[in-house]
Amino acid sequence: MPTLRYIDQAVTLQLDPERCTGCGLCVAVCPRAVFAIADGRAALADRGACIECGACALNCVPGAIGVDPGVGCAQAIIRGWLTGDQPSCGCDGS
Amino acid sequence: MADDATCCGAPPKAAEQRRRQRTCCGAPAASSVDYRYGPAEYVTGTVETPVGAVSRVSRDITTGDRLGAWRVRWGVGRDDYRVKPGLYALGSPDAGAPVLVTANYKLTFDRLRSSLDTLDAWLLVADTLGINVWCAAGKGTFCADEIARAVLQTRLAEIVDHRRLVLPQLSAPGVAAHKVKEACGFRAIFGPVRATDLPGFLAADMRADPRMRAVTFGAWERAELAPMELSVAWDRRALLACAGIVAVAAVGRDGVSLSRGLRRGTPVIGAAWLALLAGGGATPLALPWLPGRAFALKGAVAGGVVAAGAAAVFRRRLSPAATIALLAGVPAVSSYAAMNFTGSSPITSPSGVELEMRRALPLQAAAATLAVGAWAVDARRAGRPGR
Repeated sequence: MPTLRYIDQAVTLQLDPERCTGCGLCVAVCPRAVFAIADGRAALADRGACIECGACALNCVPGAIGVDPGVGCAQAIIRGWLTGDQPSCGCDGS
Repeated sequence: MADDATCCGAPPKAAEQRRRQRTCCGAPAASSVDYRYGPAEYVTGTVETPVGAVSRVSRDITTGDRLGAWRVRWGVGRDDYRVKPGLYALGSPDAGAPVLVTANYKLTFDRLRSSLDTLDAWLLVADTLGINVWCAAGKGTFCADEIARAVLQTRLAEIVDHRRLVLPQLSAPGVAAHKVKEACGFRAIFGPVRATDLPGFLAADMRADPRMRAVTFGAWERAELAPMELSVAWDRRALLACAGIVAVAAVGRDGVSLSRGLRRGTPVIGAAWLALLAGGGATPLALPWLPGRAFALKGAVAGGVVAAGAAAVFRRRLSPAATIALLAGVPAVSSYAAMNFTGSSPITSPSGVELEMRRALPLQAAAATLAVGAWAVDARRAGRPGR
């Protein structure tokens, strides 16, 4: 089966290797295998696979990772445009 | 919810802006609203602990659980499919047994308790307002503060002699592990994505292999999520739109006629259904094989194929204008429906979705306008004397 890939031109993920301590938590939390540890530091192995869930940045204690996190959901983005609020999905009906 | 509610964790700069207005975890969920928790048929007894009796839950999935799962997959009563937050025992856990943290969406809880073979474990159900792990983490309701609150409220430290919590990996977008430790003294360890990998993860000294860490989006997973997309068909707004189509179609030069409305409106409603099936059903199922990366493009292709098929089947009964309406309208709606499936997929990024929407929405609107125009032309033609 072909591997599913999504649009990756606009990915906001940034990694600052200078700040990285090599703890490897980004590798552990990433559901898309974006990171790998090389020479004791994190590296971007597959930046285009990033879904900007924000798990890595939230768990990066030294703050080496930056990403504009959110939900990759069209309805959430439409709701964000209409209300001017942050995109949030309505998957709970609230 | 107060706008200035501070959210859990300390997100890095870039993350802060988006997270700031998210619903915060903890207090408001548990205290301000009383939810109806469904019948807890999964509770089969109690386990005695130093702090009192803890409910023991079954590993079995009953017909009732299956019916409930099927129902919420079709979007019925999904907002109130909850498990009461708190601590549960699976099997006969002792003070050294692992503590597995989960969300209080019943579908999630059912999957966890039925996926652990013969493992004895404590299940700590956080209050995520009945939302699954990943969505709750994205919303900020599954977060360090809420987990710490659950740990303290259940007096977990008096029940187990270790200080480790196993979190579902997909809670990580909402949970800063170091904040959990700060807030309640327990170390948060991210387990595998899928509950079925938990026994292997625990047996391997809490180490996950790369396969356990990756989300999948196989045919079965896509098929499970597609019904939710199709359920918009019986949404109140969709039914109102159908009524609207019939009402518009009923109007002619000689006044309003219900039979004319049904005669001309029904094919339009049929085409809309076809488009929804193509975009919300066929597209998710055939996702890897449809061309392009944008879901809108995949949906437009699926809609185009379906519309071409319908145009061929009904070619003797369709005027040129009606054919144009079909060929433009079905892909437009199908494309839009497919775009909405981005919210169900674990492979889409918000930046990518926004990019595809900025490109696709004007095209979808143009095609839909063309379809409506062609339909109006066809209606005029059909309304001429002698037809």
